[in-house]
Amino acid sequence: MNLSYKEVKRDTAVQASKPFPKHRIEEWRGKAYVYVCILVLIVTIFSIVYFIAVRGLTPFVSGGVGVGEMLFGKVWDPDAEQPLYGALPFLYGSFATSLLAAAIAAPLGFCAAIFMTEMMPKLGRTVLQPAIELLAGIPSVVYGFVGLSVIVPFLRHTFPGQGIGIMAGAIVLSIMILPTVTTIATDALRSLPSGLKEGSYALGATRWQTISRIILPTTLPSLLTGIVLGIARAFGEALAVQMVIGNAPHIPDSLFESAATLTSIITLSMGNTTLGSAHNNALWSLALILLLMTFVFVFIVRLLERRAKR
Amino acid sequence: MTFVLALTLAACGNKGNNGANGAASPSESPSASGSASPSEEKLTGSILATGSTALQPLVEQVAQKFMADSKYSGITVQVQGGGSGTGLTQVSEGQADIGNSDIFAEEKFKDADAPKAKELVDHQVAVVAMAAVAHPKVGVDNLTKQQLVDIFTGKITNWKDVGGADQKIVIINRPSSSGTRKTFENYALGTKTEDLPGSIQQDSSGTVKKLVAETPGAIAYLALSYLDDTVQVLKYDGVEPTVENVTSGKYPVWAYEHMYTKGEPTPVVKAFLDYMMSEEIQNADVKELNFIPITSMQIARDANGNVTQK
Repeated sequence: MNLSYKEVKRDTAVQASKPFPKHRIEEWRGKAYVYVCILVLIVTIFSIVYFIAVRGLTPFVSGGVGVGEMLFGKVWDPDAEQPLYGALPFLYGSFATSLLAAAIAAPLGFCAAIFMTEMMPKLGRTVLQPAIELLAGIPSVVYGFVGLSVIVPFLRHTFPGQGIGIMAGAIVLSIMILPTVTTIATDALRSLPSGLKEGSYALGATRWQTISRIILPTTLPSLLTGIVLGIARAFGEALAVQMVIGNAPHIPDSLFESAATLTSIITLSMGNTTLGSAHNNALWSLALILLLMTFVFVFIVRLLERRAKR
Repeated sequence: MTFVLALTLAACGNKGNNGANGAASPSESPSASGSASPSEEKLTGSILATGSTALQPLVEQVAQKFMADSKYSGITVQVQGGGSGTGLTQVSEGQADIGNSDIFAEEKFKDADAPKAKELVDHQVAVVAMAAVAHPKVGVDNLTKQQLVDIFTGKITNWKDVGGADQKIVIINRPSSSGTRKTFENYALGTKTEDLPGSIQQDSSGTVKKLVAETPGAIAYLALSYLDDTVQVLKYDGVEPTVENVTSGKYPVWAYEHMYTKGEPTPVVKAFLDYMMSEEIQNADVKELNFIPITSMQIARDANGNVTQK
């Protein structure tokens, strides 16, 4: 497989007469390897989906909880005498934090991308892009701790409330998804045919006019793809959010009041509950909702890509 | 230990015993302990202890000492976290040899799962006591049981109602599935509490302490080992949370740390549990890690909360 083109050619010439020439075996071996990898991948994905679906559907199948009750119920109290499994506060918290995070990260990411491609490509490529991509390598617990030590006290002193809450979670998440948004936006801007830009300049457009009227509209689907991927990442992030959001299972009145997301409530209680208990199964249902939401995000990305190709 | 046995399992022989490798995998351990023959002098085998993160540091430290002891050099002990629920599930399903738990198995395995608790044998290895704590500037150093109940059920929402500063109370709670919260509810409040809007939930004691120290008006509860000057320790009905008051039975907010086995422990596991209960561990490591030695308790308490003098 690793032979260079020349070597392969020579081998072919030498062994062409044999029933199983070397290049055939190599090709077969390579194919087998790829197929095995794909098989492992597919089996893994399907077993994960199957496992989560089976566990997550148990509360509904056994009749303990209705789907509507889970999706629209406002009270989450699994340890009460009459357990209630209303996940609406978590859905609300997850959507609010990730959308807000995207709203903060998107302008930052776009501006960074434009700066790196249009204004100072050299500095952007050598310094700024590696620096932003470095953000992706920081463990989420570090983000959570920085959020708890810096962002939460800042919000507590600046705004009414405890500092903890959706806003703190959104700020932490926005930094976490910045690399995703920026990288995809930068790639999109770089791959733009230079003729478009040059044509715009040739017609006498200023740099700002070129950026706002030509570059941004043409690359919009790709930029949106970056945002959706960022939201998907924010939606699934657990640890950093859990540390700064407060985790009260209620829909908060303000952005600075304790709230919870799907992921934070799963990480908070999964280890404390026994496998197979009603509480534990309900957590798997939350995981199933998360999984379905991820599918939706992937679907949206595919739609955007199709639009970008047109 | 006069009862010395040897195990004849090849997989757990000399080769496989160094370090936390496959030899400690849960599937092998039961069979390792089963095939005992008195032909050799040393105990060999592997033990997997999993569960409570609160108890984990103690078990890990004792396991290190245990394995360093030449008497037990044939035994490998692997310790994992995951939470009390995980520990009880895994020991009940036979995946782990020991399930570490902060609470009685009867409290986790309820209703349909109740028979599972009956199969498990409880080994109480230490005691952990908890104290209510508050932000240093609330101006209160003692709360009665009724005042605590009113605060944690949301009836009292300002510190001035319990003789403190005019400051809104911020409850920093544990998740409803947490063993620490169950202990506090059972023995300090005597009632179950709901998660109130605006309350903060954190599972890690370190985070709770940080938030109490920083958030004005915060109230929470912590294990005695976490107490220091950054938080105001609250007396409970006038009784100070000290080790002496816990062992003599004056201060009621404490819980056993359990190490559960499925059925009676095998010789290998029993050797480890006996080592855990020995004076040299109870009076040194247990105290060093701020647990209260089980041997110093002058009272005993069962799963239903009935206290008896020893």
